[in-house]
Amino acid sequence: MTSNMAGNLVALHTIVRREIVRIMRIWTQTLIPPAITMTLYFVIFGKLIGSRIGSIQGGFSYMQYIAPGMVMMSIITNSYGNISSSFFGAKFQRSIEEMLVSPMSNWVILLGYVTGAVARGLVVGILVLLIALGFTSLHIAHPLIALGSVLCGATIFSLAGFVNAVYAKKFDDIALVPTFVLTPLTYLGGSFYSVKMLSEPWQAISRVNPILYIINSFRFGLLGISDVDIGVAFGVMLLFVIGLSWLALSLLKRGVGLRS
Amino acid sequence: MSTPGRTGRRDKARYNKGLRPYGAAMSPTPALVVENLRKTYGNGVQALKGINLTVNPGDFFALLGPNGAGKSTLIGILSSLVNASEGDARVFGVSVNKQRNEAMKLIGLVPQELNFNQFEKPFDICVNEAGFYGIPRKIASERAEKYLKELRLWDKAQDQARMLSGGMKRRLMIARAMMNEPRLLILDEPTAGVDIEIRRSMWQFISGINAAGTTVILTTHYLEEAEQLCRNIAIIDHGTIVENTSMKLLLSKLDVETFVFDVGNLPEQLPSLPGIILRRIDEHTLEAEMPRTQAMNALFEALTSHGITVISMRNKTNRLEELFVRLVENGRQEPKEKAA
Repeated sequence: MTSNMAGNLVALHTIVRREIVRIMRIWTQTLIPPAITMTLYFVIFGKLIGSRIGSIQGGFSYMQYIAPGMVMMSIITNSYGNISSSFFGAKFQRSIEEMLVSPMSNWVILLGYVTGAVARGLVVGILVLLIALGFTSLHIAHPLIALGSVLCGATIFSLAGFVNAVYAKKFDDIALVPTFVLTPLTYLGGSFYSVKMLSEPWQAISRVNPILYIINSFRFGLLGISDVDIGVAFGVMLLFVIGLSWLALSLLKRGVGLRS
Repeated sequence: MSTPGRTGRRDKARYNKGLRPYGAAMSPTPALVVENLRKTYGNGVQALKGINLTVNPGDFFALLGPNGAGKSTLIGILSSLVNASEGDARVFGVSVNKQRNEAMKLIGLVPQELNFNQFEKPFDICVNEAGFYGIPRKIASERAEKYLKELRLWDKAQDQARMLSGGMKRRLMIARAMMNEPRLLILDEPTAGVDIEIRRSMWQFISGINAAGTTVILTTHYLEEAEQLCRNIAIIDHGTIVENTSMKLLLSKLDVETFVFDVGNLPEQLPSLPGIILRRIDEHTLEAEMPRTQAMNALFEALTSHGITVISMRNKTNRLEELFVRLVENGRQEPKEKAA
């Protein structure tokens, strides 16, 4: 291993450690709110309303059907929120300069922040899954597909949050995308329903939504049912991971929003 | 060669351990070479207009200039926070443009503005900084303790940084910049807003670092600071270097000095002396502008013969300050004269 690579790995460990310490230090802001929100979703949509809906697909109760969507919704919103607030916070306080003047490579900065955001997504996802198990029973049908979906979904939205934070000039800018893009896409991505229930053209329009593939691949991992082909879902997710990684690295290389 | 970019394996290994490469003390490679450096910002402002500068290894170098002269842009380019429009800078022979990561290993930066996470602890800020430079955590912790103690911050090491006083925050940025034990330390107004006692303790620390072999570049608006600490100096104004010489040579150019006398009383008619201009400031204050080479005996005799009692006297301004103002003003008048 070259000394540069060894140095980069130390730097990567430093960023990841710092991010995880930050998440744990402000756990009342990072871990508790999604747990409370999702408990309310399970009580209202799953228990109260869901008991009157009956089975949606594959003989699963409504509560079981929405559980994967709720878990994935928590994962992607928390991954996104973590990286956008942490990276923009560093920009705002100018502490990002500590990293920009150091000899570490751009991919280390990106990977460090993405790893921190994925870690928060995973912790929140596990919390929400445990809450879901308090309301219903879930048997993981395909563990590797479930894990792959979680990692891909969290990575995609971590990268998207990073790009948002790079372009953001004020705190409002990092709130705009979750409010006007992320939340609508999540709700319309099949968290609460099967897109097969929609008529055309809404079914076709839904297939443009990347969140549909993330939620359905995770649902396939947990329940063994999906509205989309799993191969296509992973193909779409990998394309997003590659495309957003390239975009984030090119922004870092050009110093957009970071260097004059 | 003493740079990590061009050294052999043995020197690279020493460098990675935080040691100076063999023969570094005798290295003829300049600590910094700036060649034809230009920067034009997106809004069309030309901050640097082709700057050339050389700083020798081990030097304590002052980079002075009025606000907006281009100092911070130059420092920004050296630390890779600003992209140069043209030209390059080499730190111990390593190009900032072409070998950015290698060049950054050699530099420590104390910026003008506070730029650490206010919610982190000073100890963590220092250890994390070292981590960004690839320094293992154990060594980083030892260095953090060493520099926080030297800068008298150890008792605040576990407090949130936002709780520190202004002077402490400035010292924290110096401690942080020392974590990679840089060969070139760049200090951009490190003592701004710091009281004189802390300022002096900071001078002492930085002088010690310089004496141990680290090249120091200092920008400051306290010209007394530059005069006391620095051996060489460059004055930058409107994006060009208007003076680049040794401090000693620059100060020797000052041919006139102004003294302020606190006197018991002043008569209506002031004495007249060849080569000395006397000015009444108020009833008890007199100013005398005279060549540096002229003896003061004649002045005192004339004051005494006119019944003027001298209670105390002092230099009107810092010597370097006088030269600085003159150089910057000359630089601004010349283009007007040419235009006329």
